[in-house]
Amino acid sequence: MVAASSVEMRKVNKYYDKFQALKDIDLSILPGKVTCLIGPSGSGKSTLLRCINFLEEYDSGEVRIDGQLIGYDAPNKKMSGRKLREMRRSIGMVFQQFNLWPHMTARENVAEGLIRVRRMSKAEAQRRAAEALVKVGLADKMENHPSRLSGGQQQRVAIARALAMEPKLMLFDEPTSALDPELVGEVLSVMRTLASEGMTMVVVTHEMGFAAHVADQVGFMEKGELVGVDSPDRILHRPEDARIQSFLRTYHERNSF
Amino acid sequence: MFSLAVFFHSFGPLLWAARYTLLISVLGIGLGLVIGTVICAARLSPYPLLRRFAAIWVSFLRGVPLLVQLLVFYYTLPVIGLDVPAMVAAVVTVGICASAYISEIWRGAIAALPTGQAEAAVAIGMRPVDVWTRVILPQAVTLSLPALINELILLVKASSLVSVVGILEITRASQAQAATTFRPLEVYIAAACIYLLINLCLAALGRYLEHRTNV
Repeated sequence: MVAASSVEMRKVNKYYDKFQALKDIDLSILPGKVTCLIGPSGSGKSTLLRCINFLEEYDSGEVRIDGQLIGYDAPNKKMSGRKLREMRRSIGMVFQQFNLWPHMTARENVAEGLIRVRRMSKAEAQRRAAEALVKVGLADKMENHPSRLSGGQQQRVAIARALAMEPKLMLFDEPTSALDPELVGEVLSVMRTLASEGMTMVVVTHEMGFAAHVADQVGFMEKGELVGVDSPDRILHRPEDARIQSFLRTYHERNSF
Repeated sequence: MFSLAVFFHSFGPLLWAARYTLLISVLGIGLGLVIGTVICAARLSPYPLLRRFAAIWVSFLRGVPLLVQLLVFYYTLPVIGLDVPAMVAAVVTVGICASAYISEIWRGAIAALPTGQAEAAVAIGMRPVDVWTRVILPQAVTLSLPALINELILLVKASSLVSVVGILEITRASQAQAATTFRPLEVYIAAACIYLLINLCLAALGRYLEHRTNV
């Protein structure tokens, strides 16, 4: 079991000029639990996720990691860069486009944070990076640059890069959306293992199967609102809200042939 | 008749003069890189005043011909009581002029990087200085290499302009040579050959560097 964080969002609002991207978001995530966020594109799922590590700055409300407010010391008083970096160290993030650094090998990608952020020696960082890559099944690809890896392999390197930092919370922003269908499975299987080890995970996804089988709770978002948060069964199979029903109907229609 | 003897004979003095051409170009681009990087940083900084200054710097230096800049700078110095050798004035002017272009080359390369590159580094808690030196700049250098080599080649050619402040570089040396031999055609063709040779070497250097930094 890994040490796992809790996340608590209270009345979180986010504006882009006049457009309100997040409306009074309330969300509780218990340590070791997996939360999946679903909903139409542009509904604010990614924005919500990015508020959790303050990559996106929310305008009002509170986001707390293990009880500690992130991004602000007090309302309207931004946290220092140093303190924010300290908090981000224990929050891993995986992006839709992988965002691997193309000028470094897979192993260097993973080792970089250990050297720069955790101040490890180069040798120690390289050793840990190798371990992390073995864990995601890439023992034989360590010295490859990202351009020599498939999308699925790149995303697994990205996961290893986040895991090597020994995070207590992992954020996934549509981790399989940029992948060819046949490569989705290998990434989901790494994520499933991580979930079974007790990592707190927040996953923005269109993979309903993953949400149904792995999530402890599923949140549905539309137009900046968190319409409902409940068990996968109650959201995906017995939704009461008409908006969720309509979204799932479209989803099923698209996926039936 | 084209005199091969004069043509070949010109190479000696012209190649000797090429050292000034190279010196001015190399020091000019070196100075341009330093100033250009600072100007680019100012342009991308969160401070409106710095951004404004950098924008004016770039548009002014791009908008005035190098020859005019050279003359203005060269004749301004005595007025403000500075006795600076022509060589220093030339290098400084060429460097300042190049800085405007180089800062734009940097800015373009940095803007071409996906924002996710920096985000991935920020998300694991890297300091801004590490984000820049480890993630953004190495990629920006690779991206801007062709444009930087291009700028260096332009500078080698533009250095012919410093002949107006009396520096005996290739162009000025060939003028002198043409005047003493009464064979301008042979001399200027020799000069053209030397410029071409220098720039072909630079282009080859560029290809080698691009090949090395390609991953």
